[in-house]
Amino acid sequence: MTIRPGLRRCFLLALLPLMLLAACEQATTTASFHATEIRDASFGRELQLPDTEGRLRTLADFRGEVVAVYFGFLQCPDVCPTALSRAVAVKQLLGEDGKRFRVVFITVDPERDTPEVVRAYLDAFDPSFVGLVGSPEEVARTAKEFRVYYRKVPTGSSYTMDHTATTFVYNADGKLRLAVPHALSAEDFAADVRRLLAE
Amino acid sequence: MLTTKTRRSLGLALMFGAFTLPAWAQTVKVEDPWVQATVAGQKATAAFMKLTADAPVKLTGGKTPVAPVVEIHEMVMEGEVMKMRAIDGGLPLEAGKTMELKPGGYHVMLIDLPKAVEVGQRVPLTLIFTDTEGKEFTVEVEAPVRPLKRDHGKKSGHEM
Ligand SMILES: [Cu+2]
Repeated sequence: MTIRPGLRRCFLLALLPLMLLAACEQATTTASFHATEIRDASFGRELQLPDTEGRLRTLADFRGEVVAVYFGFLQCPDVCPTALSRAVAVKQLLGEDGKRFRVVFITVDPERDTPEVVRAYLDAFDPSFVGLVGSPEEVARTAKEFRVYYRKVPTGSSYTMDHTATTFVYNADGKLRLAVPHALSAEDFAADVRRLLAE
Repeated sequence: MLTTKTRRSLGLALMFGAFTLPAWAQTVKVEDPWVQATVAGQKATAAFMKLTADAPVKLTGGKTPVAPVVEIHEMVMEGEVMKMRAIDGGLPLEAGKTMELKPGGYHVMLIDLPKAVEVGQRVPLTLIFTDTEGKEFTVEVEAPVRPLKRDHGKKSGHEM
Protein backbone atom coordinates (compact mmCIF):
# COMPACT_ATOMS: atom_id res chain seq x y z
CA MET A 1 0.00 0.00 0.00
CA THR A 2 1.31 3.42 -0.84
CA ILE A 3 0.35 6.55 1.00
CA ARG A 4 0.44 9.91 -0.65
CA PRO A 5 2.51 12.44 1.32
CA GLY A 6 -0.52 14.62 1.89
CA LEU A 7 -2.44 11.72 3.32
CA ARG A 8 0.43 10.66 5.49
CA ARG A 9 0.63 14.14 6.89
CA CYS A 10 -3.06 14.01 7.70
CA PHE A 11 -2.54 10.64 9.33
CA LEU A 12 0.19 12.03 11.59
CA LEU A 13 -1.94 15.00 12.44
CA ALA A 14 -4.58 12.62 13.74
CA LEU A 15 -2.51 12.59 16.90
CA LEU A 16 -3.10 16.32 17.27
CA PRO A 17 -6.29 18.02 18.40
CA LEU A 18 -9.25 17.54 16.13
CA MET A 19 -9.19 21.08 14.92
CA LEU A 20 -5.85 20.58 13.22
CA LEU A 21 -7.10 17.43 11.57
CA ALA A 22 -10.08 19.24 10.16
CA ALA A 23 -7.88 22.05 8.91
CA CYS A 24 -5.47 19.57 7.33
CA GLU A 25 -7.80 18.54 4.55
CA GLN A 26 -8.19 22.12 3.50
CA ALA A 27 -4.52 22.97 3.92
CA THR A 28 -3.58 20.65 1.04
CA THR A 29 -5.88 22.50 -1.33
CA THR A 30 -5.01 26.11 -0.48
CA ALA A 31 -1.33 25.97 0.61
CA SER A 32 -1.31 29.74 0.74
CA PHE A 33 -0.48 30.29 4.39
CA HIS A 34 2.50 28.67 6.07
CA ALA A 35 0.45 28.15 9.21
CA THR A 36 -2.72 26.08 9.38
CA GLU A 37 -5.84 27.97 8.40
CA ILE A 38 -8.75 27.74 10.78
CA ARG A 39 -12.04 27.35 8.95
CA ASP A 40 -14.02 26.27 11.97
CA ALA A 41 -15.92 29.28 13.28
CA SER A 42 -16.88 27.53 16.50
CA PHE A 43 -13.76 28.27 18.46
CA GLY A 44 -11.72 31.18 19.63
CA ARG A 45 -14.94 33.18 19.33
CA GLU A 46 -14.28 35.17 22.42
CA LEU A 47 -11.48 36.13 24.67
CA GLN A 48 -12.23 37.83 27.94
CA LEU A 49 -9.66 37.93 30.70
CA PRO A 50 -8.09 40.49 33.04
CA ASP A 51 -4.72 41.86 31.95
CA THR A 52 -1.70 42.41 34.18
CA GLU A 53 -3.15 45.77 35.27
CA GLY A 54 -6.43 44.14 36.26
CA ARG A 55 -8.44 45.58 33.35
CA LEU A 56 -10.80 43.21 31.60
CA ARG A 57 -9.63 42.79 28.01
CA THR A 58 -11.64 41.49 25.09
CA LEU A 59 -10.96 40.95 21.39
CA ALA A 60 -12.73 44.22 20.61
CA ASP A 61 -9.78 46.06 22.23
CA PHE A 62 -7.54 44.90 19.39
CA ARG A 63 -9.60 45.71 16.31
CA GLY A 64 -7.36 46.81 13.46
CA GLU A 65 -4.51 44.66 14.74
CA VAL A 66 -3.48 41.12 13.91
CA VAL A 67 -3.50 39.39 17.28
CA ALA A 68 -1.28 36.43 18.18
CA VAL A 69 -2.47 34.50 21.24
CA TYR A 70 -0.09 32.18 23.05
CA PHE A 71 -0.75 30.07 26.15
CA GLY A 72 2.26 29.43 28.40
CA PHE A 73 3.72 29.70 31.87
CA LEU A 74 6.70 31.45 33.41
CA GLN A 75 8.51 28.45 34.84
CA CYS A 76 8.79 27.13 31.30
CA PRO A 77 12.50 27.53 30.55
CA ASP A 78 12.38 26.48 26.97
CA VAL A 79 9.32 26.54 24.73
CA CYS A 80 7.76 29.76 26.04
CA PRO A 81 10.87 31.97 25.70
CA THR A 82 11.36 30.44 22.25
CA ALA A 83 7.78 31.31 21.22
CA LEU A 84 7.95 34.84 22.64
CA SER A 85 11.38 35.46 21.10
CA ARG A 86 9.92 34.37 17.77
CA ALA A 87 7.04 36.81 18.27
CA VAL A 88 9.59 39.60 18.85
CA ALA A 89 11.36 38.57 15.64
CA VAL A 90 8.06 38.54 13.70
CA LYS A 91 7.31 42.06 14.87
CA GLN A 92 10.76 43.22 13.79
CA LEU A 93 10.44 41.51 10.40
CA LEU A 94 7.14 43.33 9.85
CA GLY A 95 8.88 46.67 10.17
CA GLU A 96 6.36 49.50 10.15
CA ASP A 97 3.48 46.96 10.00
CA GLY A 98 4.73 45.58 13.32
CA LYS A 99 2.71 48.31 15.00
CA ARG A 100 -0.42 46.44 13.91
CA PHE A 101 0.80 43.10 15.31
CA ARG A 102 -0.27 42.44 18.89
CA VAL A 103 1.02 39.60 21.05
CA VAL A 104 -1.19 38.30 23.84
CA PHE A 105 0.23 35.88 26.41
CA ILE A 106 -2.20 33.89 28.56
CA THR A 107 -0.75 32.09 31.57
CA VAL A 108 -1.95 28.53 32.18
CA ASP A 109 -0.34 28.68 35.63
CA PRO A 110 -2.21 31.52 37.37
CA GLU A 111 -1.45 30.03 40.78
CA ARG A 112 2.22 30.91 40.41
CA ASP A 113 2.18 33.55 37.70
CA THR A 114 0.97 36.70 39.40
CA PRO A 115 0.11 39.75 37.25
CA GLU A 116 3.25 41.59 38.46
CA VAL A 117 5.61 38.79 37.49
CA VAL A 118 3.90 38.24 34.13
CA ARG A 119 4.26 41.97 33.40
CA ALA A 120 7.98 41.94 34.24
CA TYR A 121 8.46 38.79 32.19
CA LEU A 122 6.76 40.18 29.09
CA ASP A 123 8.65 43.47 29.43
CA ALA A 124 11.84 41.43 28.98
CA PHE A 125 10.56 40.63 25.48
CA ASP A 126 8.49 43.64 24.44
CA PRO A 127 6.54 46.02 26.68
CA SER A 128 3.71 46.07 24.11
CA PHE A 129 2.94 42.39 24.72
CA VAL A 130 -0.29 41.97 26.64
CA GLY A 131 -0.39 39.51 29.54
CA LEU A 132 -3.69 37.97 30.63
CA VAL A 133 -3.99 36.44 34.08
CA GLY A 134 -7.34 34.89 34.89
CA SER A 135 -8.59 32.83 37.79
CA PRO A 136 -8.02 29.08 37.36
CA GLU A 137 -11.68 28.80 36.24
CA GLU A 138 -11.37 31.64 33.73
CA VAL A 139 -8.18 30.16 32.31
CA ALA A 140 -9.85 26.76 31.98
CA ARG A 141 -12.80 28.29 30.16
CA THR A 142 -10.54 30.24 27.80
CA ALA A 143 -8.33 27.23 27.02
CA LYS A 144 -11.43 25.21 26.23
CA GLU A 145 -12.60 27.89 23.81
CA PHE A 146 -9.26 27.53 21.96
CA ARG A 147 -9.12 23.74 22.43
CA VAL A 148 -5.83 24.26 24.15
CA TYR A 149 -4.62 21.41 26.29
CA TYR A 150 -2.84 22.06 29.57
CA ARG A 151 -2.23 19.97 32.60
CA LYS A 152 -0.34 20.26 35.86
CA VAL A 153 2.32 17.54 36.18
CA PRO A 154 4.27 16.91 39.39
CA THR A 155 8.07 16.93 39.05
CA GLY A 156 10.58 15.96 41.72
CA SER A 157 10.21 19.10 43.78
CA SER A 158 7.22 21.00 42.43
CA TYR A 159 5.14 20.86 39.28
CA THR A 160 5.34 21.76 35.64
CA MET A 161 2.66 22.43 33.03
CA ASP A 162 2.15 20.43 29.87
CA HIS A 163 0.55 22.76 27.35
CA THR A 164 -0.30 23.30 23.71
CA ALA A 165 2.43 25.48 22.18
CA THR A 166 0.43 26.62 19.15
CA THR A 167 0.02 30.35 18.55
CA PHE A 168 -3.49 31.40 17.46
CA VAL A 169 -3.80 34.37 15.14
CA TYR A 170 -6.77 36.65 14.58
CA ASN A 171 -7.08 38.98 11.61
CA ALA A 172 -7.68 42.70 12.09
CA ASP A 173 -11.45 42.10 12.08
CA GLY A 174 -11.21 39.85 15.11
CA LYS A 175 -11.74 36.62 13.20
CA LEU A 176 -9.63 33.64 14.24
CA ARG A 177 -7.67 32.71 11.12
CA LEU A 178 -4.50 30.72 11.82
CA ALA A 179 -3.00 28.08 14.08
CA VAL A 180 0.75 28.66 13.96
CA PRO A 181 2.76 25.56 14.88
CA HIS A 182 5.57 25.95 17.39
CA ALA A 183 8.13 24.93 14.77
CA LEU A 184 7.19 27.53 12.14
CA SER A 185 10.01 30.02 11.46
CA ALA A 186 9.71 33.72 12.28
CA GLU A 187 10.06 34.49 8.55
CA ASP A 188 7.11 32.30 7.54
CA PHE A 189 5.06 33.56 10.47
CA ALA A 190 5.76 37.17 9.46
CA ALA A 191 4.77 36.42 5.85
CA ASP A 192 1.44 35.05 7.08
CA VAL A 193 0.82 38.10 9.26
CA ARG A 194 1.55 40.35 6.29
CA ARG A 195 -1.09 38.49 4.27
CA LEU A 196 -3.60 38.81 7.10
CA LEU A 197 -2.94 42.53 7.38
CA ALA A 198 -3.78 42.83 3.68
CA GLU A 199 -7.10 40.99 4.06
CA MET B 1 62.93 -7.06 52.82
CA LEU B 2 59.15 -7.02 52.66
CA THR B 3 57.00 -9.43 54.60
CA THR B 4 54.38 -11.43 52.75
CA LYS B 5 51.67 -9.35 54.32
CA THR B 6 53.02 -5.97 53.31
CA ARG B 7 53.84 -7.31 49.89
CA ARG B 8 50.27 -8.43 49.45
CA SER B 9 48.87 -5.07 50.55
CA LEU B 10 51.30 -3.31 48.25
CA GLY B 11 50.10 -5.54 45.45
CA LEU B 12 46.50 -4.75 46.30
CA ALA B 13 47.25 -1.06 46.42
CA LEU B 14 48.87 -1.22 43.01
CA MET B 15 45.99 -3.25 41.66
CA PHE B 16 43.47 -0.89 43.16
CA GLY B 17 45.40 2.04 41.82
CA ALA B 18 45.45 0.50 38.38
CA PHE B 19 41.71 0.00 38.49
CA THR B 20 40.84 3.42 39.77
CA LEU B 21 43.17 5.22 37.42
CA PRO B 22 40.71 5.34 34.51
CA ALA B 23 38.06 6.65 36.88
CA TRP B 24 40.36 9.43 38.03
CA ALA B 25 41.14 10.29 34.47
CA GLN B 26 37.46 10.60 33.61
CA THR B 27 36.58 14.06 32.53
CA VAL B 28 33.70 15.79 30.88
CA LYS B 29 34.48 18.80 28.77
CA VAL B 30 31.88 21.53 29.23
CA GLU B 31 31.60 24.16 26.49
CA ASP B 32 29.46 27.27 26.06
CA PRO B 33 27.48 26.98 29.29
CA TRP B 34 24.79 29.62 29.78
CA VAL B 35 21.86 30.29 32.06
CA GLN B 36 18.67 31.98 30.98
CA ALA B 37 17.93 35.21 32.81
CA THR B 38 14.81 35.51 34.96
CA VAL B 39 12.73 38.38 36.24
CA ALA B 40 12.01 38.91 39.94
CA GLY B 41 9.37 36.45 41.10
CA GLN B 42 10.10 33.90 38.39
CA LYS B 43 11.02 30.81 40.36
CA ALA B 44 12.86 28.66 37.85
CA THR B 45 15.26 28.80 34.96
CA ALA B 46 17.52 26.52 32.96
CA ALA B 47 21.19 26.06 32.15
CA PHE B 48 22.30 24.91 28.70
CA MET B 49 25.74 23.72 27.53
CA LYS B 50 27.69 21.25 25.40
CA LEU B 51 29.09 18.17 27.13
CA THR B 52 31.75 15.81 25.83
CA ALA B 53 32.76 12.91 28.07
CA ASP B 54 35.85 10.75 27.50
CA ALA B 55 34.05 7.67 28.83
CA PRO B 56 30.39 6.65 29.02
CA VAL B 57 28.94 8.55 31.99
CA LYS B 58 25.64 10.02 33.04
CA LEU B 59 24.83 13.57 34.04
CA THR B 60 22.90 12.87 37.22
CA GLY B 61 22.58 16.20 38.98
CA GLY B 62 24.03 19.52 39.95
CA LYS B 63 24.49 22.16 42.60
CA THR B 64 24.47 25.92 42.43
CA PRO B 65 24.38 28.74 44.96
CA VAL B 66 21.57 30.43 43.00
CA ALA B 67 19.00 27.63 43.46
CA PRO B 68 18.33 25.04 46.15
CA VAL B 69 17.03 22.45 43.70
CA VAL B 70 18.75 21.29 40.52
CA GLU B 71 17.25 18.68 38.20
CA ILE B 72 18.13 17.25 34.80
CA HIS B 73 15.18 17.79 32.47
CA GLU B 74 14.01 16.89 29.04
CA MET B 75 11.60 18.90 26.94
CA VAL B 76 9.58 17.03 24.37
CA MET B 77 6.94 18.05 21.89
CA GLU B 78 4.14 15.54 21.48
CA GLY B 79 2.40 16.94 18.47
CA GLU B 80 1.91 20.55 19.51
CA VAL B 81 1.90 19.81 23.24
CA MET B 82 5.03 20.75 25.14
CA LYS B 83 6.04 18.47 27.98
CA MET B 84 8.91 18.84 30.41
CA ARG B 85 10.10 15.91 32.47
CA ALA B 86 12.87 15.08 34.93
CA ILE B 87 15.13 12.39 33.44
CA ASP B 88 15.14 9.40 35.74
CA GLY B 89 18.61 7.95 36.24
CA GLY B 90 20.39 10.83 34.55
CA LEU B 91 21.30 11.84 31.02
CA PRO B 92 23.63 9.28 29.38
CA LEU B 93 26.68 10.63 27.53
CA GLU B 94 28.55 8.52 24.98
CA ALA B 95 32.35 8.58 25.04
CA GLY B 96 33.71 11.19 22.66
CA LYS B 97 30.33 12.31 21.40
CA THR B 98 29.23 15.86 22.14
CA MET B 99 25.80 16.15 23.69
CA GLU B 100 24.26 19.57 23.41
CA LEU B 101 21.84 20.68 26.09
CA LYS B 102 19.80 23.29 24.26
CA PRO B 103 16.31 24.74 23.98
CA GLY B 104 14.01 22.12 22.48
CA GLY B 105 15.86 19.26 24.19
CA TYR B 106 17.70 18.79 27.46
CA HIS B 107 18.48 21.31 30.16
CA VAL B 108 19.67 21.59 33.72
CA MET B 109 16.69 23.02 35.58
CA LEU B 110 17.37 25.43 38.43
CA ILE B 111 14.36 25.49 40.74
CA ASP B 112 13.06 27.64 43.62
CA LEU B 113 15.27 30.62 42.82
CA PRO B 114 15.23 32.95 45.83
CA LYS B 115 16.03 35.92 43.58
CA ALA B 116 16.34 36.83 39.94
CA VAL B 117 19.26 35.64 37.84
CA GLU B 118 20.42 38.64 35.82
CA VAL B 119 22.38 39.33 32.68
CA GLY B 120 25.98 40.11 33.62
CA GLN B 121 25.97 37.53 36.38
CA ARG B 122 28.08 34.37 36.15
CA VAL B 123 26.38 31.38 37.75
CA PRO B 124 28.68 28.84 39.43
CA LEU B 125 27.45 25.36 38.62
CA THR B 126 28.72 22.03 39.92
CA LEU B 127 27.72 19.28 37.52
CA ILE B 128 27.46 15.81 39.01
CA PHE B 129 28.28 12.84 36.80
CA THR B 130 28.08 9.11 37.54
CA ASP B 131 30.40 6.65 35.83
CA THR B 132 29.55 3.10 34.76
CA GLU B 133 30.61 1.79 38.18
CA GLY B 134 28.22 4.12 39.93
CA LYS B 135 30.97 6.42 41.19
CA GLU B 136 30.20 10.12 41.25
CA PHE B 137 32.51 12.90 40.13
CA THR B 138 31.95 16.57 39.61
CA VAL B 139 32.89 19.28 37.14
CA GLU B 140 32.76 22.96 38.06
CA VAL B 141 31.71 25.55 35.55
CA GLU B 142 30.71 29.21 35.54
CA ALA B 143 27.81 29.94 33.25
CA PRO B 144 27.18 33.48 32.02
CA VAL B 145 23.57 34.65 32.07
CA ARG B 146 21.93 35.36 28.72
CA PRO B 147 18.78 37.47 28.25
CA LEU B 148 15.33 35.89 28.23
CA LYS B 149 14.76 37.29 24.77
CA ARG B 150 16.82 35.19 22.42
CA ASP B 151 18.14 36.16 19.05
CA HIS B 152 15.71 34.35 16.86
CA GLY B 153 18.12 33.78 14.00
CA LYS B 154 17.91 30.73 11.80
CA LYS B 155 20.70 29.14 13.81
CA SER B 156 19.10 29.34 17.23
CA GLY B 157 15.55 28.79 16.03
CA HIS B 158 13.25 25.84 15.71
CA GLU B 159 15.34 22.94 14.58
CA MET B 160 13.18 20.35 16.30
CU1 LIG C 1 12.86 21.95 33.10
